[in-house]
Amino acid sequence: MFTPAILIAAIFNGLLTGAVYALVALGLTLVYGVLHIINFAHGALLSAALFAAFFAFHQFGLDPYLAAFLLAPAFFACGYAFQRFVIGPASHGDDRNMLLVTLGIAIVIENALLYAFHADTRTIDVPYAFQSIDLGFTFLAVPRLVGFGAVFVVALLLWLIMAWTDTGKAIRAVAKERLGAELAGIDVAHIYAVTFGLGTACVAIAACLLIPTYYVNPSVGNAFVLIAFTIVVLGGMGSVPGALIGGLVTGVVESLSGLFLGDSLGQIGIFLIFILVLLVRPNGLFGAKA
Amino acid sequence: MSTSALLDIRGLRAGYGETEVLQGIDLTVSPGEIVAVLGSNGVGKSTLNRAMSGIVRARAGTIQFDGDAVENEKPSAIVARGLIHVPEGRRIFPNMTVSENLDLGSYRRATARRAANRDRIFSTFPRLFERRSQRAGTLSGGEQQMLAIGRGLMAEPKLIILDEPSLGLSPLLVEELFALIARINGEGMAVLLVEQNVVQSLEIANRAYILADGKFVMSGAAADIAADPALKRAYLGM
Ligand SMILES: Nc1ncnc2c1ncn2[C@@H]1O[C@H](COP(=O)(O)OP(=O)(O)O)[C@@H](O)[C@H]1O
Ligand SMILES: [Mg+2]
Repeated sequence: MFTPAILIAAIFNGLLTGAVYALVALGLTLVYGVLHIINFAHGALLSAALFAAFFAFHQFGLDPYLAAFLLAPAFFACGYAFQRFVIGPASHGDDRNMLLVTLGIAIVIENALLYAFHADTRTIDVPYAFQSIDLGFTFLAVPRLVGFGAVFVVALLLWLIMAWTDTGKAIRAVAKERLGAELAGIDVAHIYAVTFGLGTACVAIAACLLIPTYYVNPSVGNAFVLIAFTIVVLGGMGSVPGALIGGLVTGVVESLSGLFLGDSLGQIGIFLIFILVLLVRPNGLFGAKA
Repeated sequence: MSTSALLDIRGLRAGYGETEVLQGIDLTVSPGEIVAVLGSNGVGKSTLNRAMSGIVRARAGTIQFDGDAVENEKPSAIVARGLIHVPEGRRIFPNMTVSENLDLGSYRRATARRAANRDRIFSTFPRLFERRSQRAGTLSGGEQQMLAIGRGLMAEPKLIILDEPSLGLSPLLVEELFALIARINGEGMAVLLVEQNVVQSLEIANRAYILADGKFVMSGAAADIAADPALKRAYLGM
């Protein structure tokens, strides 16, 4: 039906798209794994980050790939502050409240964006948007290749932080044994905020990788986060390898089902696989047994 | 008010929601002492420990540690002062290696002396050294208890609170554990030993308190309490 070259090209392209899905999912799963809440503000933060990347380019001519180096720390700081000074204090230590507060933040951010920028969809023009590399049997888009490489580097950095730094170890400790962590002198409020900050930084980097070929409007983040949430459940709630591999798998499934079912039905494949995996492994691919 | 006590608790009240578990606790620990807190299941021993380490807020009363009021401090600040609580049920980090567990004991305190302290703890607990790269969740109950104590020692405590360390250990391991506690104390560390294991606790403690109905019903030299069969029968179910 399709030649192997077309199939392989579809798989490659799926992997490249999947990498950015993986990054958005990574931020979501980190927060879930440590704070045990679904961050409902994730999508709105992604929209905000896309606007930030858009304006960095539009107003200051800052290339999105360079803007990432600014926006990642800036969004880390925002995420840290949200958790430390808004979500944490407003929820009085109750996880259910925390979840509602993230929902509240999402509504505020989305409406603020709507108010400031209206529902218009905007795009930027970068010279490399349509550049591609010729592999002989297919072309790979440069922005997607950059995205894939960047996500790989981010995942590696995150792994290094988690494995080797005291803060990373503290994050892992709080995730699994909060009381033990507190009694070891770990400031849980701080670690929650750092984790939320890391999740938000992931979103900022994802925005910078997306904006060269994508568009921005005040609710654009939600579509991504729906897919990211699927990935998080697919990979196992709170599992970092699960988010990464789940993201890549999702990208490939979307690309292949787009090939077989047509572009408009591409995402149906994702949800079919999602349901199938959960029937066989209710805790996801990498989830701990309940 | 200054006292020579390392820990000085006065009129402490604490509880959960409507229930007030501790209804006016006075307790002191002097430097170098082993003090036992004894009492049956559910009388509030762990609640007292949680109040001292800032996990449960004191509703009334004062907690002075090393001369400073700490009853409003958060747990990490209390750890920074050298008041270390090794909790009931060990609460080690099951997904991390034995070495990582120990390292996190010095997250807040004695960080610069981490490697030296880790070596010292490994020589105290050779089993932990053998298993240093193993995930802590795979250790036996006794090894996990040693790890929990080791993690506490990594912070170079001025006072270490041990909450039912002998729970679930074989008699042989309990012997070893109490010998270890005496040894730690011999190095100058004050110990607050919370136990249901009355006989052995009274053997190594200098003083003891007996908790019942939210209050201390008895306190004094460990030897005196050990010698009072009526009291042990009334409050400790022996
Ligand atoms: N987190 C909690 N929430 C509500 N009640 C609690 C909690 N922890 C303990 N209690 C209650 O407080 C009382 C004292 O418990 P605890 O301090 O654990 O006793 P002990 O350590 O002496 O066995 C018990 O009646 C127990 O049911
Ligand atoms: Mg207890």
